Amino acid sequence: MAERLIELRDIAKSFGRVYALGGINLHVDKGEVVGLIGDNGAGKSTLIKILAGVLKPTSGEILVRGQPVANWNAARSREAGIETVFQDRALAVQQTIVTNIFMGRELSGFFGWLRVAEEEREARRLMREIGFTSRVFTPQSIVGQLSGGERQGVAIARAIYKQADLIILDEPTTALSLTETEKVFHFIRQVKASGRSIIFIGHNIYHVFDIADRFVVLDRGAVVLETTRAETASAEQLINFMQRVAHPVANTVAGAR
Amino acid sequence: MTDIAEPKPFKRRHETMGADPIHPAERPLRRLFLANRAWLGTLGVFVAMMAIFIVANPRVFSSWGLYASVLTTLPVALFLTVPLVYIVTAAEIDLSFPATMGFAAWIFALVVQAGYDPFLGIVAAIVTGMALGLLVGSLVVYANLSSLIATLGMNFMLRGLILMLTQSKSIALVTLDQSWAYRIFSSQVYGVPLQILWALAFVFVCALLYNRHRFGVQVHVVGDNPDSANEMGVDVNRVRVKAFVFMGLGAALAGVFSTMINFTWWPTSGDGYLLPVLASVFVGGTPTWGGIGTVVGGGIGALIVSFIQTGVVGAGLSGFYVQFFNGLIIILSLIGHRWNQIRYR
Repeated sequence: MAERLIELRDIAKSFGRVYALGGINLHVDKGEVVGLIGDNGAGKSTLIKILAGVLKPTSGEILVRGQPVANWNAARSREAGIETVFQDRALAVQQTIVTNIFMGRELSGFFGWLRVAEEEREARRLMREIGFTSRVFTPQSIVGQLSGGERQGVAIARAIYKQADLIILDEPTTALSLTETEKVFHFIRQVKASGRSIIFIGHNIYHVFDIADRFVVLDRGAVVLETTRAETASAEQLINFMQRVAHPVANTVAGAR
Repeated sequence: MTDIAEPKPFKRRHETMGADPIHPAERPLRRLFLANRAWLGTLGVFVAMMAIFIVANPRVFSSWGLYASVLTTLPVALFLTVPLVYIVTAAEIDLSFPATMGFAAWIFALVVQAGYDPFLGIVAAIVTGMALGLLVGSLVVYANLSSLIATLGMNFMLRGLILMLTQSKSIALVTLDQSWAYRIFSSQVYGVPLQILWALAFVFVCALLYNRHRFGVQVHVVGDNPDSANEMGVDVNRVRVKAFVFMGLGAALAGVFSTMINFTWWPTSGDGYLLPVLASVFVGGTPTWGGIGTVVGGGIGALIVSFIQTGVVGAGLSGFYVQFFNGLIIILSLIGHRWNQIRYR
C-alpha cells in the first residue's frame, strides 16, 4: 500500500447557516494525482482552502503522514509540504516576480533583512525550470505586465520552490491557451514522475481524465463518487455520472420532450 | 500559402535580428533607473521648483540662513512622513498622528519637567507613541473600521484628552538646552542643525526597511492584495497593526524633536502637521491605492512642501500667494506621478 500523505477526516465547514461541506473524507497518497471534480458550488474551492489553511474547518481532523495537526493555518499547511496554486493565482500584481514567489516566506537573514541576491537567483532558476524562458521579462518584472499564462507560471514556480510533497492546482488551465495548457500538463507529469502528489481541480473532465490516477466527485458538499482510473472506462462515463447522479438536472434535457 | 497539414517553419523578425545577450531591463544603469523611478521623478519636481525660486531671487536663495531655517523644521516632518508612507503602502491611512505626536511629546515634557534625564523622556515618549499606535491599529484592524474615519476620530479623542488633562496649559522646559540629549540631538555644529542628520539617518534606515526587509515587503503585499497575502500565509492583520505601531514610533520622535527645537510643549503640538505631511507623502510619489510607494520620495516630498512657503515669500511674492502655490505644486506633482507610474490590477 502506498504511503499516506494527507488525510482529511470528516471535515465539515459551514458559513453561518449555510453548509458548504458536510463531513468530507479524503486522502492523498504519495505520488498520486487526484482529480477533484464537481459543479460550481460543490465545495471544491472550500475544500482546497481548508487544505491550504486559508479557511478553518468547522469540525473534523487533518492528518499529515498519519499525525493529526493542531491549529491548522496557511503557514502550517506550507510547513507540512502542501503548496497551492489558487484559482485566483494569489498574486500581488504590482510587485515583482521575485516578491510574489517568496510571498509569505521571504528569504531573510539577520534581523529579518532580505537575502535579495539569493531570492533573485532562485527566482531565475525556478522560472527556467518550469520552462518560462521568455526573455520578455526578468525576475524584477512587475507581475501586472505578464500575460495570464505567465502569471500562472509565477504561481506554479512559487508552488514548486520548496519541493512540496503535495501540490494543489485549483483550475490551473482555466483561461489558458492551448500551448499554455500543454505546459501545465507537462509540469504535472514532471511532478508526478518525481514522486510527488497532486490534487488537480478542473471543469474540463477530459483534462482531469487525462491526468489523474483517481477521481473524487463532489456534489453539494459531499463526496458522491470515488473511483480510480482503472475502474473508469472513459471520460464520457464520468461525464455521464456527473449528469445523472451528481446533478440530476439531466431529467429535463431537451431530448425528453 | 501555408499548408494546414504541414506548416512551413518560418523565422520571426526578432529571431532573425540577432539575439541581444542581456535583457534591456537587466543593464545595470537601466535597472538602477527602474528601481528608483518614483523618487527620481519627485527629485525632478524639487529641482525644477528650486531652479525657479533661485532665478526669481538669486540673492535670497544663496544665503545659508534660509536653508538652515528649513533644515531646523524639516526633521519633524520627515519623522512623520516616512512612517505614513508605510501606512499608505499598506492601503490604510492614519489621521491620528498629530495627536499621537502631541501625546508622546507631552509625556516627554512631563518626564523632563519632573527632573529626570531627557533620554528617559525620549524612551517614555517612544513607548507612549507605539502604545497609541497599537491602540489605533488594533481599533482599525480588529474592529474592522475604516482607517480614514477611525483615525480621524482617534485624533479628536486623543487631542481632547490632552486638553482635558492639561487644561490647555503648555510646559516650558528651560533647562533642556543644558542636557546631553539636547546637545546630541538638537544643537548646531558648524551651522548645521543636528536634528537633520538624525532625520536623514531615520529616512535611510526606513528606506532600507521598506525595500530590503521582511516587514517592508509584507507591507507591500498586504497593501497590494490582502487576500493573496493571506492565502500565502502572511498574517495580514498583524502586518497592518505593525504599520500603525511604526507610525506611532515616528510620531513620538517627531514630538520629541519638535519639543527640543522650541523648548516648550504646547497642547496643540502636532496639529499643524496633519495636512502638510499628508501632502508630502503623495507629492513624494506614493499613490493612494496602496501596494507601492517610495520612502525617499516621501522625504523629498516633505522637502518640497516645507520649501514652498519659504520659497514663495523669498521669491518676492507676498504671503497671500503661498496657499495658491502650495496647491499648484501639489497638483502639478500629482499629474507628474500619474504620468510616471502605471497602475496594474
